[in-house]
Amino acid sequence: MTDKALSITQVSKDRGKARVLDDITLSLAPGQRVALLGHNGAGKSTLIKSILGLTSIHVGTIRIGDATPGSAQARRDTAYLPEAVSFHPALTGREQLTLFAQLSGSKADVRGLLDRVGLGNALDRRIGTYSKGMRQRLGLAQVLLGQPKVALLDEPTSGLDPISRQDLYAIIDELAGQGTAVLIASHALTEVEARTDRIAIMREGRMVADDTLNNLSALAGLPIRLKVLASANPEALAAELGGNRINGASVELLCSPDDKMEALRRIAGLGDAVADVEMTPPKLEDLYRHYAQEEMQ
Amino acid sequence: MTRFLAITRTEMLILRRNRWLLMATLIMVLFALALTFAGSAPTGTLGVDMLTVSVASMTTLSVYLAPLLALMIAFDAIAGDVDRGSLSLLLSYPAGRGEIMLGKFTAHLAALAFAMTVGFGTAGAVAAWFGGAGPESLLALVRLILTSILLGAVFLAQGYLLSALARGATAAAGLSAGLWLVFVVLYDLGLLGAVVMDKGGTFTQSVFPWVMVANPADAFRLWNIAATEGVAMASGMTGAAQALPVWAAPASLLIWPVLGFALARAAFRRVEP
Ligand SMILES: Nc1ncnc2c1ncn2[C@@H]1O[C@H](COP(=O)(O)OP(=O)(O)OP(=O)(O)O)[C@@H](O)[C@H]1O
Ligand SMILES: [Mg+2]
Repeated sequence: MTDKALSITQVSKDRGKARVLDDITLSLAPGQRVALLGHNGAGKSTLIKSILGLTSIHVGTIRIGDATPGSAQARRDTAYLPEAVSFHPALTGREQLTLFAQLSGSKADVRGLLDRVGLGNALDRRIGTYSKGMRQRLGLAQVLLGQPKVALLDEPTSGLDPISRQDLYAIIDELAGQGTAVLIASHALTEVEARTDRIAIMREGRMVADDTLNNLSALAGLPIRLKVLASANPEALAAELGGNRINGASVELLCSPDDKMEALRRIAGLGDAVADVEMTPPKLEDLYRHYAQEEMQ
Repeated sequence: MTRFLAITRTEMLILRRNRWLLMATLIMVLFALALTFAGSAPTGTLGVDMLTVSVASMTTLSVYLAPLLALMIAFDAIAGDVDRGSLSLLLSYPAGRGEIMLGKFTAHLAALAFAMTVGFGTAGAVAAWFGGAGPESLLALVRLILTSILLGAVFLAQGYLLSALARGATAAAGLSAGLWLVFVVLYDLGLLGAVVMDKGGTFTQSVFPWVMVANPADAFRLWNIAATEGVAMASGMTGAAQALPVWAAPASLLIWPVLGFALARAAFRRVEP
């Protein structure tokens, strides 16, 4: 018995000559929410499909709890939302979800689930008449069937409007709250930044980062950005502080987390010459750029 | 067990929703009725009842229609789900690939059986009403319906095989059309050519009947013709039927669906959604 909901150990996969997964190691504890980031073609969807046993791996092991991918136990314990999910257009939302409930063997409240994702009014309409976002919600509803140990969501927010995205993250939190480990492949950095516990970044099939946002920031040593607004003479201020002039009246300084207080003291020491100071810690976007592009140039 | 029934139920729903069931049944009824009335003229000369003649013409019809209708549902079964992207989600559920295929097969076969029974049944009833029927011709009608369903099963399995092998539903549709042409039209033309070239030699005597019965469409024809003397007379071909043991045609028609299903299952195993 392991305490991990999902563990991936040194997994590699080749497609023809190309290595699409290269020595990937990643694990999720129950209730953990992990964002899986990476450029197009980095291998996120491939990794998710190999966790599901839909595509084979050549080296390494994957375990869902104690079960191997594709085994009956693993299929019962995983929920999946494919990227660009779609269904048979002739079925209604209710019929499609009923099928999934029967397949998963769970006594589900189909109507309640569809209400939960905001499809209560459309449950007896053909899926062919649904909008893209409505299909995405239907996909989400089937994730909530049963009590999965692991939920694998491949770009779950694509096609969703801002309110629906909020709802989606509320649902993810709910899943995590009941002990489901959630892996979210996404390109929406600002969203996952606030709503996940850990960030994993892939580049060309390799896992180049896997830690909390704070630790990744420290590790990357990315500078903090200080924007100083001059009250009268930006030229003199820029010369004094040694930063770059931006948009006429401001000066921008970059400093490491360790030098932050020192820089602030120097700015405070300038007295009336400074009208305002704005401080921006590194964002996930900067981190992402750092990890996903490093060595690429 | 309940999982494969869930798939079956959903597939039935789809066939009814997209009007496939209605269209297929309508086609069967119309063609069967048309042939029954068109074929009613020579009844007196052969000295058999009208139902017998009707069954003979419907046998010829079924050779063309049963494979066609079966392939028309089957080609989309796997490739369509791959195209739509819904197969990966379906396969992430506890239902195995075998269960999924069996579930679809059950629904598709039930739909075919419905269309065949209603179509041939209606035409048979009309023929019996107008031109009389006997126990033998009634038996021939029942045999026609059952063997047509078997023939449909053969081509459902073949359709799944192509659907699993093809890249996309459009390609699967093309391959299915080719398969239909080969089994239903070209195969017989080829055999005919060979017989003509052979001029009644050993090929015609001993090899030809076996090559013929290996084709499920011909096995279907032989089974229906050999079993009823009246039908054989009405269709005017008894030679090949007499050269073979009675079990040959039924064996061919029973082995094909099982073999085809096993092949399709093996091909489906290798499909990566
Ligand atoms: N069915 C396939 N056949 C061949 N190569 C494939 C197939 N699916 C993916 N690949 C290749 O595998 C690599 C990883 O693809 P994958 O879909 O996992 O990327 P991704 O990280 O999900 O990208 P995106 O952000 O665009 O969804 C790519 O180089 C892609 O070309
Ligand atoms: Mg992807």
